[in-house]
Parts: sequence; C-alpha cells; structure tokens
Amino acid sequence: MERIAITEKAATVLEKLKTTHGELIFHQSGGCCDGSAPMLFAKDDMYLDESDILLGTLNGVNFYMNQDQFTYWKHTHLTVDITEGRGASFSLEIPLGLRFLIHSRLLTKEENKILNNL
Amino acid sequence: MSYSKPEFKQKYKNFINGEFVAPLGGQYFDNTSPIDNSLIAKYPRSQKEDVELALDAANAAKEAWGNTSATERATLLNKVADIIEANLEEFAVVETCDNGKPIRETLNADIPLCVDHWRYFAACIRSEEGSATELDKNTLSMNIKEPLGVVGQIIPWNFPLLMLSWKLPPALVTGNCVVLKPAEQTPSSATLLMEKIADVFPPGVINIIHGFGPEAGKPLASSSKVDKVAFTGETTTGQLIMQYASKNLNPVTMELGGKSPNIFFNSVMDADDEYLDKAIEGAVLFAFNQGEVCTCPSRILVQEDIYDAFLERVIKRTKAIVQDNPYDDKTMVGAQASNDQYEKIQSYFKIGIDEGAKVLTGGSAKKLEGNLANGFYIQPTLLEGHNKMRVFQEEIFGPVACVTKFKDEAEAIEIANDTLYGLGAGVWTRDAHQLYQIPRAIKAGRVWVNCYHAYPAHAPFGGYKKSGFGRENHVMMLNYYRQTKNMLISYDKNKLGFF
Repeated sequence: MERIAITEKAATVLEKLKTTHGELIFHQSGGCCDGSAPMLFAKDDMYLDESDILLGTLNGVNFYMNQDQFTYWKHTHLTVDITEGRGASFSLEIPLGLRFLIHSRLLTKEENKILNNL
Repeated sequence: MSYSKPEFKQKYKNFINGEFVAPLGGQYFDNTSPIDNSLIAKYPRSQKEDVELALDAANAAKEAWGNTSATERATLLNKVADIIEANLEEFAVVETCDNGKPIRETLNADIPLCVDHWRYFAACIRSEEGSATELDKNTLSMNIKEPLGVVGQIIPWNFPLLMLSWKLPPALVTGNCVVLKPAEQTPSSATLLMEKIADVFPPGVINIIHGFGPEAGKPLASSSKVDKVAFTGETTTGQLIMQYASKNLNPVTMELGGKSPNIFFNSVMDADDEYLDKAIEGAVLFAFNQGEVCTCPSRILVQEDIYDAFLERVIKRTKAIVQDNPYDDKTMVGAQASNDQYEKIQSYFKIGIDEGAKVLTGGSAKKLEGNLANGFYIQPTLLEGHNKMRVFQEEIFGPVACVTKFKDEAEAIEIANDTLYGLGAGVWTRDAHQLYQIPRAIKAGRVWVNCYHAYPAHAPFGGYKKSGFGRENHVMMLNYYRQTKNMLISYDKNKLGFF
C-alpha cells in the first residue's frame, strides 16, 4: 500500500531524465508561484534530514516532503503527473517544456488505518 | 476600450555589460502568451557560461559603481522612473500579453507602482544619513554603509516588471551591480525595459539573463561571484538557494508566499454603507491578478452571526466579475500565467471537493470564444470548508478563496495562525479595539486593516514563518544590500600602557 503513485506519462519523462541526470529525488514544494508542485533534483543537490519525510519511491526515485507540510497532507494519496508548462523553479524537467504536478485523492479508510495508524 | 497584442521582434537577447548579447550556446526558447497560447517571441535559453559572462561584467563594474555618489545613483533611478512613466501604456500592454492579467490592472496598478518604487528608493538614499557615536571624549564610532558588491536576483512571473522594480532599485541605489533572471514565463517586460534604459547606467551595472531555472537560475544562485541572492518564489527553491548561499557564506533575502487569512468581524455588517461595500470588495480581492499573488487573501474567515448574510453579498459580487479578453479594459479577471498553473488549480478543485468542500460559485475552468479558447482561464471560485482541508493550507495561486466561519476573536486568531506561512492577512472590523489587537495577534509580516492588496512603497513588506524574511518596498531594504563599515577612531594621544 502506497501514499504516492506516478502516471505512465510522468514515468516516461522521469526515465528520460534519469538517463541525462543520474540519480534523482522529488521534493514537494509549498508556498507561492510555482509552489505546491513536486520538484525534481539530482540526488545530492538538496540537503535532506529527518525533517524530510520519505513518502515513497517512484521508479527508483525517492519522494520527500517536509514534515510540517506532511502534517497537512498525510490524509491524501498523491499521484505525480506531467503536463505542458513552464515552471520557474530549478526542477529538472522544465527545459523540456514540461512540468510535474500532483493529483490528490483522500486515502481510503483502509489506507488510513495502515499508513497513518488511524 | 480594447487593446490588442503588441508587436514583438522574432528573437531577443540577454543584456550583459550594457549590450544585447546572444546566448553563447545559440539556444532559445519559445515564450507564449497565456491569453491565447500564441507565440510572443524567442528568448535566450542561457547556460552557465552566459551567467558567468554577466557575473564577470557585474564584478568588473562594481568598484566604479560602488564609488558613485548617492546623488548620481538617485538621479539615474529617477531617470528610469521617468522612462517607465513616459511609456506606461506600452509596458502595460506587453505585461498583459506576457502574463495574461487584465489591462486595467497593468495600466492602473502594476506599471504606475513600478514608477513609484524607482522614485521611492531614489528619495531614500538622498534622505538617509550614517551614524556616529562619541563612545567617550576621545573615541568616535562611525558607521559607513558600503555596497555588498554583486547581487543575484531571481524574480517570479506574477508581477514581472513590478517584482523587478521591487528588487533592482534598492540594490542599485546602494551601489551594487546586479545580475537578474526574470521568470521564464514572463521575460518580455524586463527586456523592453532594458531596450529603453540601455544607456542609463554604466555597462555591467544591470545585467539581465533569460533562461530556465535549472540551467541559468541555479548557476546564478550558487555562484561564488555573487555576494548576495534575493529570491521571490516557493519554499523548496528558497531552501535550495539558501543552501547554495551557505556554501559561499552569503546573505539572502526570501519571499516565499503564503496562505493569507482575510478576517471579517460581525461589526462590518452593522450598517449597509460604503464601508460594508468596501469590505465585500475586500473579500472579493482574492480574484485580483487571477489569485496569482503571494498575499492572495485565499482564506476568508467570517464571524458566524453574519456568515450567511455576508457571504450572500460576497458570492453575488464574485459572480459579477467580468472575465473576458484581458486586452479589454472592462475585463476584471484574465488568464492564468501558464498551462501548468491552469492544470494545478483544477487539480485543487478536485481534492477540495474530495475533502468535502462545497463549491459556492465557480469551481471549474472557463472556456472563452475564438482565439481565447486556447488560453488558460479559471472561473473565480469560492469553496466552503474548514481550515484543515488542503485547499485551506496550500497556495493554489488561482482565483480561488476558501471560506469558513469563526465564533469569536480567539477562534479567528487560532484559524488565522494555523498555517505554515505568515506573509499577509486582512482584518475588517468597526471595533476600535479589534483594529489593533487582532493584527498584533496574527503572525504575519503585513496585516491590512480595513483594506487589502495595497502595496505602496514606504510600507515594509515581508514574511514570518515559512513565508521568508527580509522587508521590501521600504528604506530598511537598503541594509539588506549593504555592509556596515565601523570605523573606531581614537583621538587620544596617549598609549594604552599594556606594552
């Protein structure tokens, strides 16, 4: 049972970026402008510690979110998708004219029980 | 009155060392208008070597520029203000085309504010003084402000020329040289400005680099050739930039958005007068600039005893919003700045409804006719729910406000502060005590009291909590771009006597 998933289209882009950039991570951003969207970085680009919660692994790419933000997100299931666009951040897919985004749904009762101990 | 899409060249260049320079790698990207998704022009897809060129130009210019007089620097800032003012309509149409915001906003808010910010900082530097303290009768402590040197600035796409005009003047007027990267969604007005002011500053003082975040933004933010980085954007990039700055032990300033509460106490409905009318407009300001504002009043908190009556008026006013061709001066809400924003907002509608939020009005994209059918339009939307819902906690950056009710002052404050952010807030009341006490209890850098969405120069603006730090639009920003040189001078002829 997983908190996160990835669409086939997004996974194809992710695989392509892995061949160009090597090992990668996702980090969910908050705040304005291009926030509230997942950012894709080279594995060692961003300093991570215990305040970054690992939500799961998508095609070998770890997906993290800061714990403060996770408090408000943990009752939802996330699916990473991709769309045409131009986010102004350091996320690696941007030069392709594409942007990762998140689709969310509520966790089911059963998922909540297992994932959140509720 | 209606305007139309302005003429653009086929291709634009970076502005480095006083000249327009093609990107060294010869790559460009297509910049499109969100109004109809049509091509505007090609802009440089700069790489690290282009950023280096700009940084070298800025570093070469910094000593001479840092030694110019305050008079000279202020005069040049005023010149820029005059040039923007003289070409106000041209800038407004370009900004509307590139960003999708309605022309009446660019004509009446964005561009006039730009003019004022340049003038304000020109005035600041002429009116301030350093300080000197006589520590004892023979010892004087004198503080001289010195520029940092070269500043990297990365700005967002929601107010392209205005964000540039918040960032450049305080950096330049304090004697710094700048390398600025506009957002890749909105490179046009910065380029137009450089065309108009190419000869105003000595070469190398202002450099504008276009390109994508990972290719041009990152090399700028992480370079050891900058002495400070200023950024407006979101939290993850903010954290990365601070991390890069820590390698160089450089200072940074950050403005990272928010989820601002707009609080309406029951006294707003004590009379059906001009003030109530103003308060209703104050709630509907969530739709200003398509909600693409860091301080978008995206959480509307209404006291329970006026909740139904007040909301009825707010819904009615929201439904009356004219959303149409952004070039038409009757249009109040235009297009979202890009397709990914458009998609993201719709994804929030879905999770909002999934979590049980009720759509009071709007709740979907809006399809306009003709060419505009290709643009990115979202209906002004009110969602009713509670503060733990994700739509209440995340910056949707669309014309979307989430509405909830509160019982008393304590609950209003609790809900207002139950957020990761602390950039803006609004408090509406006729009660003199609440006017002071509620704003003091809200953890945010700017609390609008009986008003909202005013951004005058001369009023400091910046965040608490995860909204960042630094205070823009105010004289205090000068010190974020300066060192303090303390000269400790002894007028005592006698030795200490230790050796």
